[in-house]
Amino acid sequence: MSNESCVADACNIELTPDLAMENPVMPFLRKERIPHIWCPGCGIGTTVNCFVRGLEESGLDLNNVAIVSGIGCTGRVAGYMNLDSFHTTHGRPIPFATGLKLANPKLKVVVYSGDGDLFAIGGNHFFHAARRNMDLMVVCVNNHTYGMTGGQVAPTTPRGATVSTMPFGNFEDSFNLPFIADACGAVYVARWTVYHVKQLARAMKEGLAKKGFVFIEAMAPCPTLYSRRNKLGDGVEQLKYFKEKSVVKHGASTKDVGLTFQGEIVVGKFVDRERQTWLDSMNEHFTGYFGDKYQRYGGNHVKD
Amino acid sequence: MDGDHAACEGALAAGCRFVAGYPITPSTEVVERFAQRIPLIGGMFIQMEDEIASSIAILGAAWAGKKVMTVTSGPGLSLMMEHIGYAAITETPCVFVDVQRGGPSTGLPTLPAQADMMQVRWGSHGDYEIIALSPNSPQECFDLMIKAFNLAEEYRVPVFFMMDEVVGHMTERVVIPEASAIEVMERRWTSKPPGEYKPYAADDDMVPEMVKAGDGYRIHITGLTHDERGYPAMNPPTQKRMMERLLGKIRNNREKLIDVRGEHLEDAEIVVVSFGITSRVSGPAIEEARKQGLKVGHLRMVIAWPFPASVIQQLALRVKAFVVPELNMGQMVLEVERAVAGKTRVISVPHPGGTVHEPQEILTKILEAAR
Repeated sequence: MSNESCVADACNIELTPDLAMENPVMPFLRKERIPHIWCPGCGIGTTVNCFVRGLEESGLDLNNVAIVSGIGCTGRVAGYMNLDSFHTTHGRPIPFATGLKLANPKLKVVVYSGDGDLFAIGGNHFFHAARRNMDLMVVCVNNHTYGMTGGQVAPTTPRGATVSTMPFGNFEDSFNLPFIADACGAVYVARWTVYHVKQLARAMKEGLAKKGFVFIEAMAPCPTLYSRRNKLGDGVEQLKYFKEKSVVKHGASTKDVGLTFQGEIVVGKFVDRERQTWLDSMNEHFTGYFGDKYQRYGGNHVKD
Repeated sequence: MDGDHAACEGALAAGCRFVAGYPITPSTEVVERFAQRIPLIGGMFIQMEDEIASSIAILGAAWAGKKVMTVTSGPGLSLMMEHIGYAAITETPCVFVDVQRGGPSTGLPTLPAQADMMQVRWGSHGDYEIIALSPNSPQECFDLMIKAFNLAEEYRVPVFFMMDEVVGHMTERVVIPEASAIEVMERRWTSKPPGEYKPYAADDDMVPEMVKAGDGYRIHITGLTHDERGYPAMNPPTQKRMMERLLGKIRNNREKLIDVRGEHLEDAEIVVVSFGITSRVSGPAIEEARKQGLKVGHLRMVIAWPFPASVIQQLALRVKAFVVPELNMGQMVLEVERAVAGKTRVISVPHPGGTVHEPQEILTKILEAAR
C-alpha cells in the first residue's frame, strides 16, 4: 500500500496568472489545482506536456476522453487533467479503466501511472488487459523507483542502483517493460525519454489514434530520490544521460531493449500491429452465435 | 430455481447490466447465469483475472453509468476489501454478493457458514458504513436483490448481499413478478449543468447527485480525502466534513433502514434473533418450544447492517432473554449484546459452519433461557 507522504510536496512554485495565460497546456489542466506536487527536475510534468500535445493533435472530443491513474507520483496525473479523471487504488487503474471502457465504449480511456503501480502491485492486470487487447492506452512513467514513498526498489530498478530498500545496491534483475507488453499482445509499444519531447508527443498522438492495447513507456528522472542516492546529479544531468545514451531503433526486437544502470537506452516505436479488440471479438462472436437476435453491444444504457 | 440463479434474476430485474467476477465456490452459478443471460438482454459480463480486478472493474463501470455487481465468497471477499473502502469514499453505487462458506482461509469451499458478517461491516480500513441484506430463500434472493440495488442507488454505498452455501444451492419455487410490478430505483442523476455541479456537494439527505464519465462534467474522483469538488484536500477539517457525511447518510437513516420480520413477538418472553439460513432452522425449534408452552418469539434481521439496535433495545425492556443462533462462533451476538446493554440475558448459539444447526441445538438454548 502506498504511503501518501509529502516528499514531493517540498516545492510549491507560485504560478502567476500571466504565466498561466501563456502556457498552451493550461486549458487541458485543472488550473485551480496548480501548483502540482512534483519536485524540481522531475520528468512527470514533461510527459504530461507531451500527452497534452498528443491530445491536442488527436482531434478527440475531450468530453469523451477519460484518464485513470493509480497511486504514486505519476498517480497524481489524473487529478491535474481537465478531463473525466479517476485517481483509483494502488495498482488497479487498468481494471478500473476496463470497467469504464466496457460500460461505455464511446470513451477513449487512458491509463497514466508509474512503473511500480503498473508492474509490481498491478502487474497481473497489465498482462491480462494486453492479452485481451482491451482498447486502452497505457502510459507508464518509468523513473526506476517508488517516488511517493521515498525511493524504494521497484521491478524497474536496474541491477546495481542504490535505493532505500536496497541500501547496499539492488541485486535483483529488472523488468524489460516493452518486452512484457509485446509478449502479452499489445498492438502498439513505444519507449521514449523526457529528453525526446517531440517523439513522445507524437507517440501519444499515435497511441490515442490506435485501437487496442497501447503501451508507451516514458522514462523520467527522479532527482530527489533515485538520482541523488546514486550520485547522478540533478534533473539536467539525467536529461544529458537520456540524450547521450539513447539510441533510436524503430522496430527493434523488444527482447533486446532491456535497460541497465546508466547504460544504453533503446528508444523508438517497437510494435505497431493490428489485432481485434476484446469488445470487437465479443460482438463478432455473439453475432455469429446468436445471429439476428444479438444486438451489437455499444454500452447503451437501458435507462439514463 | 436455486438461490444463486434467483439472485442473478433479481439483479437483472433491478437493472444490473454490468458484472465482473472471478470463479469461486459456492457463488459461481450467479455469474454463470449472468454470462448466459446477458448477451441477448444487452449488457456486459467479463470474467476478470482475480477478485481485486473484479471489484474495481465494477466501480469503473458504475462511473460510466451502469448498475453493477460482483459476486464472490470468503477468500475472494478478502481480496476485495480495499475496493469496499474505495467504493465507500467515492460513493459509488454497487452490490457485492457474498455466498458465504466456512472459513477462515480456504476453509470449507462447498459448505455453508455465516462467518463474514463482521468482515463486511469492518473489513476495509478506516471508518465507513455499508448496508447488508440477508436472504433466507431463493424467493428472497430475487426479491431482496432488487432492494439491494435500490438501496445502493439511494444511499450510494456498497451494499452486501449475504447469502450462504445453503441458500445459494437450495432449490425452491420462485415467483418472478411482471416487470411493471417491480419497483426499481434509478440513479440519482444531477440536473445541474457542468460548472454548477459539484460531485460531492449534498443536500440535507447527505447523498450527492451523480453524473457519469462522458457527459461533459469533467469530474475528478479520488480515494484521497476530498472536498465537494472531488479534489484532494488532506487536512483535518475536510476529513471531518467528509466523514460526517459518509457515516451520517447511513447513521441518520438507521430507523428507516430497519427491515426485520417478527413472529410471536407480542407475548414473547424469549426472542430468537436470527438471519439468513439460520432463520429457517430456528423456525422448528421455536414451534417445538411453543408446543411445550414457552412464550418464544422470532426476530429475523433481513437487513443486518446497519444493525437494528433500536428494535432489540425495545424488546430488551420486556423479554427474559435473547437467543442468537448463527453459523459462526459468535459475531452478530456481539451486536445484540451491545444493544441489550446488560438489561436482559443474551445466549449465543454458535456453530463452526459446514452444516446448519440442528433445531434441537437451538431448542436446548431456548429451554436454558426459560429456566
